[in-house]
Amino acid sequence: MAKINLREMARNQSGVITAVKVGGELGQRIRDMGLVPGAEILVQGRAPLYDPVALRIMGGTLSLRNNEADYIEVEVADE
Amino acid sequence: MSNELTIALAGNPNAGKTTLFNALTGSRQHVGNYPGVTVDTKEGRYSKNGLSCRLVDLPGIYSLSPYSEEEVVARDYLVNQRPGVIINIVDASNLERNLYLSCQFMEMGVPMVIALNMIDVAKKRGIEIDHQRLSELIGLPVCPVVARSGQGISELMVAAIAHAREHSKWQPAKISYGEDLDAAMLDLSEMIKAADFLTQDYPARWTALKYLEKDDRHLSIGDSVNVEMSARLVEKVEQVSRHLEQTVGSEPDAMIADHRYGFIKSIVKQNVVHRTIDPDRLYASDRIDKVLTNRFAGPLIMLLVLLGLYNFTFTYSALPVAWCEAFFSWLGVVADTFVPDGYFKSMLIAGIIDGIGGVLGFVPLIMFMFFGIALLEDTGYLARVAFMMDRIFRIFGLHGSSVMAYIISGGIAGGCAVPGVMATRTLRSPKERMATLLTVPFMNCGAKLPVLALLVGAFFSENQARYMFLFTLLAWLMALLAAKLLRVTVLRGASTPFVLELPPYRFPTFQGLFIHTWEKTWHYIKKAGTVILGISILLWAMMTFPALPETDRQVFEDQRQQMSDQVSPLLFAELEGTTEPSIEALALYEDLLAVDGAEAEAALRYSVAGRIGTAMERISWLPGFDWRTNIALLGGFAAKEVIISTLGTSYSLGQVDPEASESLAATLGNDPGWDAVKALSVIIFVMFYAPCFVTVACIIKEAGSWKWGVFSITFNTFFAFLLSTLVYQVGSRLF
Repeated sequence: MAKINLREMARNQSGVITAVKVGGELGQRIRDMGLVPGAEILVQGRAPLYDPVALRIMGGTLSLRNNEADYIEVEVADE
Repeated sequence: MSNELTIALAGNPNAGKTTLFNALTGSRQHVGNYPGVTVDTKEGRYSKNGLSCRLVDLPGIYSLSPYSEEEVVARDYLVNQRPGVIINIVDASNLERNLYLSCQFMEMGVPMVIALNMIDVAKKRGIEIDHQRLSELIGLPVCPVVARSGQGISELMVAAIAHAREHSKWQPAKISYGEDLDAAMLDLSEMIKAADFLTQDYPARWTALKYLEKDDRHLSIGDSVNVEMSARLVEKVEQVSRHLEQTVGSEPDAMIADHRYGFIKSIVKQNVVHRTIDPDRLYASDRIDKVLTNRFAGPLIMLLVLLGLYNFTFTYSALPVAWCEAFFSWLGVVADTFVPDGYFKSMLIAGIIDGIGGVLGFVPLIMFMFFGIALLEDTGYLARVAFMMDRIFRIFGLHGSSVMAYIISGGIAGGCAVPGVMATRTLRSPKERMATLLTVPFMNCGAKLPVLALLVGAFFSENQARYMFLFTLLAWLMALLAAKLLRVTVLRGASTPFVLELPPYRFPTFQGLFIHTWEKTWHYIKKAGTVILGISILLWAMMTFPALPETDRQVFEDQRQQMSDQVSPLLFAELEGTTEPSIEALALYEDLLAVDGAEAEAALRYSVAGRIGTAMERISWLPGFDWRTNIALLGGFAAKEVIISTLGTSYSLGQVDPEASESLAATLGNDPGWDAVKALSVIIFVMFYAPCFVTVACIIKEAGSWKWGVFSITFNTFFAFLLSTLVYQVGSRLF
């Protein structure tokens, strides 16, 4: 198992969030939408210009910008 | 009926809240507006089986944080209006995420019933929810419903009304946030209870929680009541924060959110949800997304969809718009025939009928536009557009959703800024929304096109199409740059977090589409109508008064008299008659028209507008405008196509029809005062200066303050003036 940044995740790769390293409004928004430690995510795809990223979480789809994804640390299975 | 039960509907966006509201109230609803905010709350009535109550539809929200207007409105509503019970709509196929908001309502302690919506969709996805088990675990009634078909909603209302009767007191649920925070919550609650701090309105536990979350909004409410007590609580929270930082390296607000999800997970795991299908399976919606947001096909399809919307709006509304126009010109003719000549008649026709016609003429356009947008929004496609366009628009401090507003305003030449400004409602980020709604009027709307076509036709006739295309690109460039400028100055600030839900694709309900469309359209008629009528009359008065003095009018009268004395009266008879008039008679007619034109020109110059236009020459020489252009531009504030007719009057051509302006083009082309550089300068000015006042009225309404209307007029005019001056001064030195 390796910990990587959400931005570095590939399409169709899945993992479990281990940390959300931001506070304030952005931190709150990220958590409000279910991106909390322990949540399983799957990268569903990226926008045509590689940003934002679309994630599958708890049965729904969310999108967030890469610079927001930078605050999210994910544990993924080793290649 | 002051003690009638009020039920508030709350839930996540896309959980089917509006559908449920429509199903419960039918057409008995109206939009309410909170002063100072642009968030709508709808109200309606429910009565069935002898039960009757008032229903309030709160804005769709994900959380009760203090960061967005919607969330604050919902919070304040619950606290200040104290509804008897809230119905929390929860999407059954997305249970965990939706329960996050429910969890916060439980913390607040409002009497609540959960409507478990879209159980049919969930079932298809292999998700079965044991609603009785869920109800036992959270201690609240849970009613399975399908809002779309109305299944289960009668039972829901029975349960909600019964629950309201049994529970009149707010009882905050005690959710655990971990050992440290639980202890802190107890301490804080004790302090709050002992001091009777805010307990009139808020349960002590809720205040304690909000202080731990460092919720600015609640802190300022606390400060306004008791600064000293508030400071003591903040100090206590600081202690806890420091301790947590050292021991677990986390902040209280983050830990609280994590534990809420922990609480939800612990409930859901207790045999509430049964899945028969792998949760990571691709559903129909995901398969559609594979195509619609595909790197190559996605943008192409988006372009087609947006073009389609644009065509739909402007092509299909053309006929009803023409009917409206025909009706008002008929009304003008009627007034012309039956009302005696004089100022009243002139005001009635040029001020009132043209003014109201100007507003109502947009109505079909707005209806079609809202219908199209509602369709894109309700199906879930709009969120995908935002997703795909965000990277580009972010560069300019905007949001992916901004693209719609620009296109409707004339991003594809020929739109209209009025529906464009109104389309910014789909943007949830306040700063990005303001920047968008202030810059959409830069686009080349349908009313600017004839002005542009006139000048391009007169001075750049060889490459007409190419120039028009260039001006469209220029409009985009300038609008985006101006948005960027606004975002680093008056609307400065970090971009609003983009975290956006991409809801599953759904078929919209027709009831929803029609209610939505009608509501928005009626809003426009009401708000815009009053302002516009006033300004229309004002502009008419400015271009009419003061009237030419008697002595000046006599000069023109004498000229007319002189002409008719010189020719035989038979010629007049010929003009009145039905047969083809002779060449001499036509010449006389032309001469008389020329005198009328000259009189209209003199009268316009003598009026307030004319004097302003003349006075403005003191600075308008910079971009190369004379008094004639100035008046025309002033008139363009009523509607941009008025520029043509006013320019016609000031060049003594009488009334010029914007659709057939060849004579004016020829006059300008031969006028020594005009050349290509001046034409370009005027074109640039027309493209970017103050939006027409219908647009300004909409900006004021959408931005929530008249100050933004004033800002829009001054900022745009100043911006246009600088650009035109640059073009004219540099251009006339080079050529």
